[in-house]
Amino acid sequence: MASSIPVSVPADAAGLEAARGGRVARRTRQLVAAGAAFVALLTIMAVAAPWLAPHDPVRQSLRARLTAPTLEAADGRAHPLGTDHLGRDVLSRTIWGARVSLLVGFAAVMVGGLVGAGLGILAGYRGGWTDTIIMTMADAQLAFPFILLAIGIIAVLGPSFPTLVVVIGLSGWVDYARVLRSQVLVLRSREFVDAILALGGAVPRIVARHILPNVLSTLVVIATLQLARAIVLEATLSFLGLGIQPPTPSWGGMIQEGREYLDSAWWISIFPGCLLLLTSLVVSRSGDWLRDLLDPTLRSE
Amino acid sequence: MRALVTFLAARLARALVAVWLVSTVVFVVMRLSGDPVPLLLPPDAPRSEFARVARELGTDRPLPVQYAVFLGHVAQGDFGRSIHFREPAMRVALEYLPATAQLGLTAFVFAVLVAVPAGVVSAVRRNTVVDQVAMGVALVGQSAPTFFLGILFILTLSLRAGLLPTSGRGDWTHIVLPALTLGAFAMASIARLTRSALLEVLRQDYVRTARAKGLREWRVVAKHAFRNAAIPVLTITGLQFGQLFSNTLVTETVFAWPGMGRLAIQSIYNRDYPVVQCVVFLSAVLFVALNFLIELVYGFLDPRIRPR
Repeated sequence: MASSIPVSVPADAAGLEAARGGRVARRTRQLVAAGAAFVALLTIMAVAAPWLAPHDPVRQSLRARLTAPTLEAADGRAHPLGTDHLGRDVLSRTIWGARVSLLVGFAAVMVGGLVGAGLGILAGYRGGWTDTIIMTMADAQLAFPFILLAIGIIAVLGPSFPTLVVVIGLSGWVDYARVLRSQVLVLRSREFVDAILALGGAVPRIVARHILPNVLSTLVVIATLQLARAIVLEATLSFLGLGIQPPTPSWGGMIQEGREYLDSAWWISIFPGCLLLLTSLVVSRSGDWLRDLLDPTLRSE
Repeated sequence: MRALVTFLAARLARALVAVWLVSTVVFVVMRLSGDPVPLLLPPDAPRSEFARVARELGTDRPLPVQYAVFLGHVAQGDFGRSIHFREPAMRVALEYLPATAQLGLTAFVFAVLVAVPAGVVSAVRRNTVVDQVAMGVALVGQSAPTFFLGILFILTLSLRAGLLPTSGRGDWTHIVLPALTLGAFAMASIARLTRSALLEVLRQDYVRTARAKGLREWRVVAKHAFRNAAIPVLTITGLQFGQLFSNTLVTETVFAWPGMGRLAIQSIYNRDYPVVQCVVFLSAVLFVALNFLIELVYGFLDPRIRPR
């Protein structure tokens, strides 16, 4: 990988490590592929929701309220995951709910990534005052729980798709900025950058052609980890009533709606919740595996 | 000593910048939300009444003046009066603080008491069933959304098994589920880190020496390995403590725990913005102060952290 910063490995250990590393790397590659397949399936499910979902997710059916998972309910329909307090099909709502999770998740990652990567590259490349200001802002944001402020902002501005995306996105910019800044700092001091400058190369071109490709794998790793975080954050906000508003189905909102009926109709909360848990687990683990594969220097533990 | 003072001064400056930024964002958001005057008056109130309230709140003055006045009030802990409770917002927020502190501390102590032994056992019995189960549970605990974990606990331990109450604050049984939910993430992180830190130390030469001398294994682990693994564990533990408090908001809502987090959410529903702002600000100050204290402790504990 082009991004790897030279790491010194003791000579005698290197061969042994490489042999074991080959096996581990193959396994990690398989795991990453499995994670990617899961996300791809989820995306297909979200995109194809209108065709995949057996019922209209917002259609109410009072005769079939709070029906346990069944193939033949009082309204003559199949509800494999049961119905909620308004008789809406839990399976259809869970499938449609993936749309909100992925849409907000990916959009937030884009916002956070663009802002964070931009500021990180700027800080690393320009240095000086620019660097100081950007990194002070980053430190300040890490110095207190941003989720609290996010909730305050959404509470006042009112929940809407753009507000959610911007707030969730901005809550994650620091990770990109910090890592990219340090990588750009290292890259900038390399001879090839001086050589291009000496040949009359322009700075934006150096960033676009030579620096960005070098930090791309790092960006992908952070974006994957941030996607898991963004999906959980969206679900949390929807659960608190500050996310996507009903009747649009979202996993967090469904878990909230089913909370009152937990004793009698557990399926309303538990099915979307389990899918949320699985998504969060798979995506964040994929990020870890991807990091091991692409960029071992990022390992924090 | 000089280095320590510089280090602390830099951290203190950073903490103050963070608090200032939070209050500025609170101010900007407050202004973005529009004119607060119509919220306080009936829609058919006379124009003179609107003008009077605007003058009283200071919203008729230029923005920079409003900002300065706001910062002055913040410095005195004055966030105005709660619309819902008809009391100063700060007093309301402080009334709810002890319940949050109790929950947070219990969850934290709980997390450490479970996580550190679990991590040690996992490291010592590496790659056994015990290790794999413990680390599997930790992985799930680390990525499970807090609110859903709470729902799962309520369903299984409370509604189905009938072991513990579902919500509210009362005798000690009431705090078990919220504390478990709130502490889960910290517990998982600390357990995983304890394991990896201890494994790292167990590879060292001095551990081999200790074993070669014929020391019993538990003595090697307890005396030689664990003490050296403790520093990274302590670092993460401190960070987790701060992080844990930001999750009280969700946990308190799930379990109807009468703390500051639940107050914040309910104030949002009541459109009681002075209380929301006060809670956001107060939490930020507490969080920053807590982190500062933790860094102070490290400065004394581990001389290697001091310079920088």
